[in-house]
This record gives sequence, structure tokens and C-alpha cells, in this order.
Amino acid sequence: MKLARVVAIVVVIVLIGLGGFVAFAWRSEIAAIDPPQPQSFDAALVQKGATLAALGNCNSCHSAPAGKSFAGGLALPTPFGTIYSTNITPDPDTGIGRWSEAAFIRAMREGVDREGNHLYPAFPYDHFTKVTDDDDKALYAYLMTRTPVRAEAPANDLPFPLNVRLVLAGWKALFFESGPYVIDRAHDPQWNRGAYLVQGLGHCGSCHTPRNALGAEERGQEFAGGEAEGWTAYALDASSPAPVPWDADALKAYLASGWHAHHGVARGPMAEVTANLGTVPDEDVQAIATYVASVMGPPSDAAKARGDKLLQQPGVHQPGTDAQTAGTQTIPVKADGQDQGALIYAGACSSCHDAGRPLPYGGIKLNLSTAVNGPDPSNPINVILYGLPAAEGQKSPVMPGFQGVLNDGQMAALLTYMRMTFSDKPAWNDLEDKVADIRKGDREMTVHAADGTSSAPANPTRQNTSW
Amino acid sequence: MVALTINGEAHQVGAEPDTPLLYVLRDDLKMNGAKYGCGLGQCGACTVMVDGEAVFSCVTPVLLLEGREITTVEGLGTVEKPGPMQQAFIEEQAAQCGYCIAGMMMRAQSLLQKNPNASDAEIRAHMEPNLCRCGTHMRIMRAIHRAAELMRSGAGTGAARVTGERGS
Amino acid sequence: MNAILNPGVTRRSVLAGTGALVLSFSMRGALAQEAQVKPGDESSNFQPQVEAAPELPGSLAKTPKLDAWIRVAADGKVTVFTGKAELGQGIKTALMQVAAEELEVPFETLTLVTPDTGLTPNEGYTAGSHSMQDSGTAIRNAAAQVREILIGQAALRLGVPAEQLHAEKGAVAGPDGKRIGYGALVADDLLNVDAQPTSKLKSPDSFTEMGTPRQRVDIPGKVTGGQAYVQDMRLDGMLHGRVVRPPSPGAKLVKFDDAAAKAMPGVVQVVRNGSFIGVLAEKEWQAIKAMRVLSLGAGWEEHASLPDIAKLPEVLKGMTTKDGIVKDAQKPVQGVRSVEASYTRPYQVHGSIGPSCAVAQVKDGVTTVWTHTQGVFPDQGAIAEMLGQPVEKVRCIHVEGSGCYGHNGADDSAADAALLAQVAAGRPVRVQWMREQEHAWEPFSPGMVTKVHAQLDASGNIVDWNYELWSNNHSTRPGSAGALLPAQYLEKPFQPDEQELKISPEGNGDRNSVPLYAFPSQHVVWHWIKDMPLRASALRGLGAYMNVFTIETFMDQLALEAGADPVEYRLRHLQDERARAVVSLAAEKFGWQANQKAPRDHGYGFAFARYKNLAAYCAVAMEVEVERDTGRVRLIRGAAAVDTGEIANPDGVRNQVEGGIIQAASWALYEGVTFNDTRVTSVDWSTYPILRFDALPGQLDVHLIPRPGTKFLGAGECGQGPGGAAVGNAVFNAIGARLYDLPLSRERIKAAIGA
Repeated sequence: MKLARVVAIVVVIVLIGLGGFVAFAWRSEIAAIDPPQPQSFDAALVQKGATLAALGNCNSCHSAPAGKSFAGGLALPTPFGTIYSTNITPDPDTGIGRWSEAAFIRAMREGVDREGNHLYPAFPYDHFTKVTDDDDKALYAYLMTRTPVRAEAPANDLPFPLNVRLVLAGWKALFFESGPYVIDRAHDPQWNRGAYLVQGLGHCGSCHTPRNALGAEERGQEFAGGEAEGWTAYALDASSPAPVPWDADALKAYLASGWHAHHGVARGPMAEVTANLGTVPDEDVQAIATYVASVMGPPSDAAKARGDKLLQQPGVHQPGTDAQTAGTQTIPVKADGQDQGALIYAGACSSCHDAGRPLPYGGIKLNLSTAVNGPDPSNPINVILYGLPAAEGQKSPVMPGFQGVLNDGQMAALLTYMRMTFSDKPAWNDLEDKVADIRKGDREMTVHAADGTSSAPANPTRQNTSW
Repeated sequence: MVALTINGEAHQVGAEPDTPLLYVLRDDLKMNGAKYGCGLGQCGACTVMVDGEAVFSCVTPVLLLEGREITTVEGLGTVEKPGPMQQAFIEEQAAQCGYCIAGMMMRAQSLLQKNPNASDAEIRAHMEPNLCRCGTHMRIMRAIHRAAELMRSGAGTGAARVTGERGS
Repeated sequence: MNAILNPGVTRRSVLAGTGALVLSFSMRGALAQEAQVKPGDESSNFQPQVEAAPELPGSLAKTPKLDAWIRVAADGKVTVFTGKAELGQGIKTALMQVAAEELEVPFETLTLVTPDTGLTPNEGYTAGSHSMQDSGTAIRNAAAQVREILIGQAALRLGVPAEQLHAEKGAVAGPDGKRIGYGALVADDLLNVDAQPTSKLKSPDSFTEMGTPRQRVDIPGKVTGGQAYVQDMRLDGMLHGRVVRPPSPGAKLVKFDDAAAKAMPGVVQVVRNGSFIGVLAEKEWQAIKAMRVLSLGAGWEEHASLPDIAKLPEVLKGMTTKDGIVKDAQKPVQGVRSVEASYTRPYQVHGSIGPSCAVAQVKDGVTTVWTHTQGVFPDQGAIAEMLGQPVEKVRCIHVEGSGCYGHNGADDSAADAALLAQVAAGRPVRVQWMREQEHAWEPFSPGMVTKVHAQLDASGNIVDWNYELWSNNHSTRPGSAGALLPAQYLEKPFQPDEQELKISPEGNGDRNSVPLYAFPSQHVVWHWIKDMPLRASALRGLGAYMNVFTIETFMDQLALEAGADPVEYRLRHLQDERARAVVSLAAEKFGWQANQKAPRDHGYGFAFARYKNLAAYCAVAMEVEVERDTGRVRLIRGAAAVDTGEIANPDGVRNQVEGGIIQAASWALYEGVTFNDTRVTSVDWSTYPILRFDALPGQLDVHLIPRPGTKFLGAGECGQGPGGAAVGNAVFNAIGARLYDLPLSRERIKAAIGA
């Protein structure tokens, strides 16, 4: 995924003389060790590592559907081939059981495995390099005390010369800057903690920053919006398309709980992130929220006024007339006119999205929806087609998917109506083609329950099941 | 009036276009298979097929369905001539109260029509949206596997129609 | 009489076909029902107040005339009557097997008439796993006696001693090949006689029907879109009704504007009586839309009357009204060690997949209600009281609904339909509840707290057992009109029935609170809670689920304390041979090895109970895997052993127990009603999740121990306690820590692991 357009690495090889390059690229092996006993790690250190692993969202890439936690094997499709995530359980043969702490720290800092091979930047060491040794040690302690799982990740499916790991040294030479986070004295400790987590272990930019032709994050474009697993990762800078501007409090609530009344429910890969952040200490989420809010900057007066107006707007019914009955009883709107999109909205969407049932279990009023106001329609298409599945045994919002019934033309009509009605942004183009493209399933697109974790084991084809 | 094709038969129905298919099936056409369970797309009791895809009929307004091929459990066969899916559920006695079962069969049918060799894990994942409260799940799984066998072997005496082919 | 749905029998047709046989229709208490069931008494239908002939087996004690149960028409067709309802447990098929066996008639030729206050015996509620014990026993004995009467009749006709005759395929046959069909043998009041205390029952080794798996009669219709449920009823001219329920318990309607709803297409009538509001429309979707619009015109005064959910155990313990001593066998014993633990469980819903539904019609002054209630006779009385009419002006007919697992919204929706039908000018009215109405308004299974204190001797044996439980009554069934939800909201509201504490052999909240294990000293007390902060009633197993969960997970903990294997430890304390047999069989089939260690993150759990200590025996072994990092539990495999006495339909028993275990696993792992200080907030499957396919075990086998020639014990609920407890023990075994609060949620498991 994060390896898009890596093909251009070929160019790098041509640019650099091969002999010197090998010398430059060479990394030595760090000696294998006998797997350390889990009891040899300090419990407090392991606990700290658990928090850090959640902050780093490690489980989401290093666990495959129907597989065990951290046992790897998740397919990461790229335009050029498929990379499989590795087993980071302490299994001595197929995992990192023989890795010393030093080897682990080097992998995080430099993107090199124990044997000295360069790692593909799908493993976001461009961010992890900022992690302190102390935190790496805690992460190491946490991972080495997980259940060892014998699971060989499938071999990467990449063509020559991309399958030669030495070429990655060239990529690093161009785009990779190694070294831990440096404290910015101009800001307070909370801001710095946030910046450290967001830029480092949290690797938020991996999805929320656009990438260049060589698959590296664009310098100077940090948090300007990117893409992840078939989903738009919206801009976290001043160009955020959220109809109601975010502030630190809203960000904190959203990140910790997976939803916010003014912004909606996390889904797609973000559901995994918020599920993990729900388990970490408050201060860390607060720090992340503080930093992200500062990246976004205070909203312009116009944006703020627009947001306030939206929040004051009544629902489709007059203020105070939301049915005062138990639970989900809803009064859908009646469609005006014969616009197909309006009719579909009234018949299929309104009963949840105009019901006045509060979030997260009620549908968001779509004029508050970032998806409907965003630059790209991928997210609303994904959600309408595939819905929001129920989390296993957990309270969670559920939305049925409509892929079985809405054809491409009906999808386009509905999306056009939604964009026109619930946003002041320009119309989306080529909607039918985009819907058809997503529906074809050639591009990887993952659907998660709102708790993020439920998509994995025993559910190899969840994305094909429409809710 | 809305024109609908259900189990191969054309119907003209005098329903408001926003009416969910479920109520048109049950109320206008007096069919029993699709059941009201939640009206929210959370339980699957109302599942039918539209062009071979499993669909929650409780959240599908009929205005979307002109020219589409709708299949309900009534279209899979009859008591006298059960289709392979029905045959399998009878053989495995895969029902307790049975309220969820028609929806279960329709969702399973939509999978097996596309992939009669679906694995156990694929079946489970596919059946995820449908709820059973009696705890009949183990038998439902067995029945779906059995239905797949019957379909692969061309057995099952029934009138099960392959859907997903327009105008068939 | 009005048309009834299924089976296609009316009283007239039954009577017409039976010739002289039915001159005096002998059913007791069909309309003028003298055996009122006592309010709130779950066990009263097992101990009928009016016992016509107490020495007679099963429900014959209350309804002794043979032709109340079995009638033979002139053409030989046999009709069997039961007061027990098909709830999805397969009782119709099992009862028909019993009748076919003893009557010697082909199964396929039988007609079974299910509960109808106008036709069938009054067998109280279909509850407590009693259908086979009560109705199965009655039908079996009645059938055997009818068979012998018919043989006797044939002996007279043929002039042959009865000993030389035998019954086969609906006829009596003699040694010389002579046959007389049953139809030709019935005359006059032949079967209008009281049953005898003993019957000439067939010997199990000659069974051709009982004990043999038989496909259920209702399944083909259900899998082909047949009319199978009250939800599927469509009577001529039928209207669709919907009720706008209040937003919270006890809320009062203070503003009401129905102009918008009345103006909607298809709306025939808007009804208001106090805080009860409903609407009638020609079509179902019109009724739903009108209900929604009507709810906009309603304003309610609400009260913050619900307890603090975060402190529920303390709240419950603080509400104790009085104590009931369930078992008082404390002896002065001194152990060397004592162990104590306290457990909690939340409120739970029944969670029927199909929301409750009923159809009602007023014709010639009689209100007929088609309902999936578990008790047509009690409902008849309660609805009549609510309507202010004599009991004979109400008829209740059972028609199947979605599985109920106890007292769900069935009776309340029957009352809704009866109320709305009063203004429908003779047209039938169908009312179905919406999902959120079922979730928020069905009577919940009450939250409970339990506490055990045990003393062990030097070898780890339990020498003293002290058990306490805090609970409401688990049954507020009708009863009087006050037990019906809509009746509580009428202009002249009916008050809920007064609750009473009663200690009975079957038990209620205290069901299964006495362990079957042989402990030298035992004391069990029920701290009874009268007030119901949330309306509560019967859910499959009543208190047994929580009491067995407590006893069996605590037994596990004690086994650990004693350094013993959990299965051996149970056997050590079990003297009942049938109990020992199910424990041993479940262990063997599971492959249980003493002191075995499960693979990492896996756990094995075992649990046992004899339901009510007087019904079916059930032991369950379960393997789970716990995902340490998420706290998520997957069921890997399970094996159960069951002794339910005589078995009519083995596949039916397996189906019930399998389902019970899966359902109990869902209860134990996921479920709990949530509420704020005013409203119930778990109102759909999104906010009240239950088990879905992804959590299913790979394998679950139910092994039966047939006991031919013994009593029916009933199978419907025996899996609930052991099923939940086995899952619990397996989880604890996997994580090496114990949890005391249900459900065993991911968060709690993660916290216990310290991951």
C-alpha cells in the first residue's frame, strides 16, 4: 500500500554505480540469540510496551485475517506486486524470537532486519526512526512476551529488480532521514509528546500525507491528505474538509472513542487506529489531539461561522420534535420532487440519518459528514456499498451495505444528490466509473467494524460481505 | 404502481415508491418467506436476493427494483419439490423456531450460486450479517455445506432457479 | 367460530367428524376456566391448584377425560389435543410421536391441535421444560388407555378375548387376520371416560416411533415460505396496528396531537386510552409510518426511575425485601481452609429475532386473539379482565411465533391487539412490535448477585457450603391484567401483580441454587427483592443460569485450590449415578484428561447441572481460545452429555441442547441490557449484540444417554447453566485468572490478563 510507485526505484539503480552502491548499502548481521524467557522482562516495561504497540497500531498490519495477533501474513497489495507483513511474535524460526534488543532497535531506527537486509518502507521506519531507545526497549519487551506463533509469511510477490532488497538503500538515500525525535523548545511538553507520537510511532503521515512518484511522503506536504487501503485519509492540516472544524477536544474524543457527534464514526483503517487508541492512557490521546489541532491551526472565522451554523441547523424536522420514543423509532423525510437520488435517499438513508437518534448508533446528519464534503468520493462509496459491519460481541454502530441493490447509476444519482444537498463543495465527477471501479474489487479495500479489530480472524472475506 | 419481477413472475404493485420491499412482499403479495426482524439491516431475517445478491429487504425501497430479478425463499422450491438449499435444511433439521431460516437460506444461496465450493471460513464470513437466537448455527452451517454438495452434484429435485440472469 | 390458522381444524370440524363420540365435550375449564394461574408463579402450572384426580399421570391430573386428549373420528382419523405450545422446540413432533407409538397409528395420519382456550386442555404455561413431563405423559397414558379401550371394544364385537387381539396401524387385529378400524369401534361416549391411574404402556423394546429421530413436521413449511407464524396471518379485511410505546418506563402522555397521523393515507383509526396510543391502517407500511408520525405528536412526562447501572450489584443488594431459606442443612463443621467469591450478572433480553405479534378480532361479542403466548388460558383471563369482559368473551388461540425463550412481548402484544381490535368494527387487527419496542419493553431477565463461601477439609473436599443470592422473582406472567404492559398505561391503569416470595421445589430466582453435590453442610438463602426497577420475567432457566454459573465456576476454583482435576473433583462430590454418568460421558467424548494442559491461550472448561435438581442432567466440556491482545474469546469445540429420561425424538433433544449451549455462550460472553437513569438504551442488535457466526465453535457434539422406560424429564433448558459455566471455566483456564462479573467481555478479560 505505502509502496505505491516504488517501481521508480529502478531509476535509482541506474543513477548509482553498482559497486560503490553495494558497499554503501551493506549492513551487517546481528547475531541470533536464544529467545529470551518472557519472565525475564519487567512487567511494567511490558505494560508500557503494550501501550506503545497500541499507539503504533502494530497489530493492524502484522495480523492477517484468520491469523493470530502479530503473526503477520497480511497481504499489502501494490501496483507492482504484493508484500506480506512479517511475523513479529517471538517464534524463533518464523518470528523475531532470535532478535536481540539491539537488532530490534536497529530495525526501528534504520529499517534493516537482524540479518542486515533492508526492509521495504511499507514498514514505516521513516516514522519509527524517531522512536526513542527507551520506547523501543519497551516495545521489544512487549513483543517478546507475546504468544509465539509459528507462521511463515508468504514470500513477497515482486518482480526483479524490486525483489532485490539492496535497491532499498537507494530509496533510503533519497528519502530517509534517520534519528530520534528532537524536542521543539518553542512548544510545551504536551505538544512535544503529541508531535513525537504523531510523527514517530503513530506514523499518522503514512496515510494522511500524500506520496510522491517514488512512494515517499512528500516533503512540505505533511498531513495534506493521503490514501490508505482504498480509503481517503483526509487532510489534517488547514485544508481539513470537515464541515465543523476540529478542535483538540473533539479530536481527543474521536480518537479515544472512535466517534464524535460533529464528525461521525471511524471506519475503514481508521477504525483500527481508534480501537487501539481507546486502550492507551488519556494523556497520550490528549497529546496527539493537541498536536494535530496545532497542525490544523485555528479555523478561519468563516469556517468557524459555517460550522456553528451547521450545528444550529435543525434536522429535517423542527427543533425539539425528534420523536421522544425509545431507541430507533424514526421519521424519515419525504422526497421532494422526482430526482432519483432524492428518492433513494428518502427511501433508503433517511430513516437512520434523519432520525435524530444520537451518534454513534444513529446515522450522522450528512451535512456534518466529512465524507460527503471531502475532495474524493471513495469513502462514501465504500460505506454505501459495504456498510459498517457489527463488531463481534461489542456494542457498535451498524450500517447495512447496499452493494447488492444499488447499481452504479443509482449510486451515482444518490451521491450526486448527497453532495448537492449536504455540501457546498463542487460536484464529484465520473461517479459511475468510480463506483464501478471500487465494486470490481481490483484495488484492495478493507471494511472494518467500528471497533476496528473485528475484521480479522475467521473472517477472510469480510470485505465481500455486504451489510 | 411499481413493476417487480419476483421469482420469475411479473407483478404490478400499488405501493408508494419508498415502501421497503419487505412490506410489498408480505403485505401486497402475501408472501411469507421474508420476515420482519429489525427494519435496520442488522439481523438478516428479511434477506432476499436481487440479481443473485443477498439484500436486506427491510431497507430496500421498491423504487430501486424495477427491472431487477428478485428471488425469495418461495422461489427456491416447494414442499413437494424442495430446491437443494431447502432439501439440505430439511435433511439437517436446521431450524428451531425457524423464524430466521428463510433469510439464512437466501444469504447462503447467494454465496453458493457464485461459489459452490465455498470454504467453511468463507461461509461463516458470508453469513455474518444474519442472526439466529435459538443457537441453530451449527446445523445451519451443516445445511449450507450439504446444500453445496447437492448443488455440485446437481441433486435436489426442486425448482430452484438460477437467478442473477436477467429475464430468466 | 372464527377461522384459525394452523392446523386447519375448527371445533366444529373436530366435533362434526367424531360422530356420537363427542356428545359430551369433556374438556375441563375450557372457557370458564376455574384453574386460574397464580400471578407471578412460574411453577404454578406444574402444581395446578385444581387437581381433579391427583393420582393421574402428567396433565391428566387436571384434565382426566380421555377424549379431552384424544378423539377418533368415524373415519378412523385421530386427533390429539395438547395444551402445550410449539415454541420452536419441536414439541409438536415429539407429542405426535408419543401418541402414534401408544395408539399404534401411523404418525402421518395424526392431527395435533395445539393450545386453544376453545379446544384444548388447560396445561398452564409451556415453560420450565415441562411439555414432555406434563403433556407428553398425559398423551402417552391417554393413548395407551384409548388403545386398550378400543381393543376391548373389538373383543366384544369379535367375541374374542382381548388378549388375542392387538392394535396396529389404526386398527385392532385378531389372530385370524380379522381387523376392525378404530373408526368403526368408536361409538357413544366410549372415550368420554376418566383416565385410570395406571396404563398398559408399551415396553420400550417394542417402540417403533419413540426414541427414533424423526424429522420435524413444521420444518418443510418453514423452509419453503409456508404460513407458519402468527406474523404470517392474513385474515380477510385485516388491518395493521402499531402502538407508540412511551420513551421510558412509567412515562405519562401529557401532549397528544394526532391530526397529522390521521391525515395519512391508509390510516383508519387513531386510538388513545390514557398513555396507550395506537394506530390502525390498511397496510403495514402505512401503519408504521403513521406510528412514527404519531410519535412526533406525543409529549411525555418521564421520570428518572432507573438504578445506576454502574452500581447495579450494590443497588440490588440494598433492595432486599426479605430472605427465603432455600436449604437449611448447616452443620457444625470445621474446614481447614475457606474460600469465598461473589458474582454478578446484568439484566438480559430474550431477544426474539421476530418481534412479538398478535392478531385479534371482535365478532359476535367475542374477542379472539391469535397469539404466540406460552399460556393461552392465563392470557384469556388477563385480557378479559383488561377489557372488562367476562372470561368467556375472550378466546386465545396459540399460533407459533419467533422463538421466545420465556416471557417476551408475546402476551403484551396479544393485549395490544385485543385493545386495538375493540375499535376495528369487527375487522381483524394484526399488531407487530418494532425492534426497539421488543428490546426496550419485553420483560427482562433480572440482574442478580450471588455469593458463595465454602470450607475445605485437609484433602480439599468441600465440607461446608454457604450460598446467597439476590434476585427479583423471575416471573411476572399473567396473572391478572396488571401483568400486561398496555394495561399498565390505560386511563384506568391496572397495577402489576403483587410479588410474593415463594420457595418451591422447582425454584424461581433460586432455581438450581442448591448444588446437587453431596456436601456435609449446606445453607442456601435467597435475598428476595420485591421491587422491580426494570420489569422482569422468565427467561429460559430463570435463576438456574446464574446459580449454575456461580456454583460450577466456583467448583472449578475450589478444584484448583484443592489441586484436583475439575472433573474428578466433581465426581468426588457427586453421588447421583445418573449425574456421574453424564459427567463421565461428556469428559470422555471431549477427550478430557486429568490435569491436562491446554495449548497456550487455549482453555478447557467443564460444567454440570441437573436442571432444577429434578429434571434433565447435562454436562458440558468446552475448549476456547482467548486472544490475549484483544480479550476476544473464540469457541473452539464442545462436547455435551445429556440424560433427559425417556426420549421421544433424539434429534429434537440434540437440537435443543446444542442451541441452548450456543445461546448460553452468547449470554455469558456478550450480553447485558443497558440503561441510563430514565431510559433503556440497548434497543437493537447494534446496542445489544449477540453471538454471530464468526464466534461459532468448530464443533459441538451432544451425546444422549437414553433411559427407556423412565420418565420424560424435558430437555429445553438443561443446557443453559452448564453451557455458560463451561465457557466461563474454559476462559478462566485459558487466561489463568478468574472473573466474577458477567458478561465475560473483552474489556474484563483484557483487564484480568493485564495485557
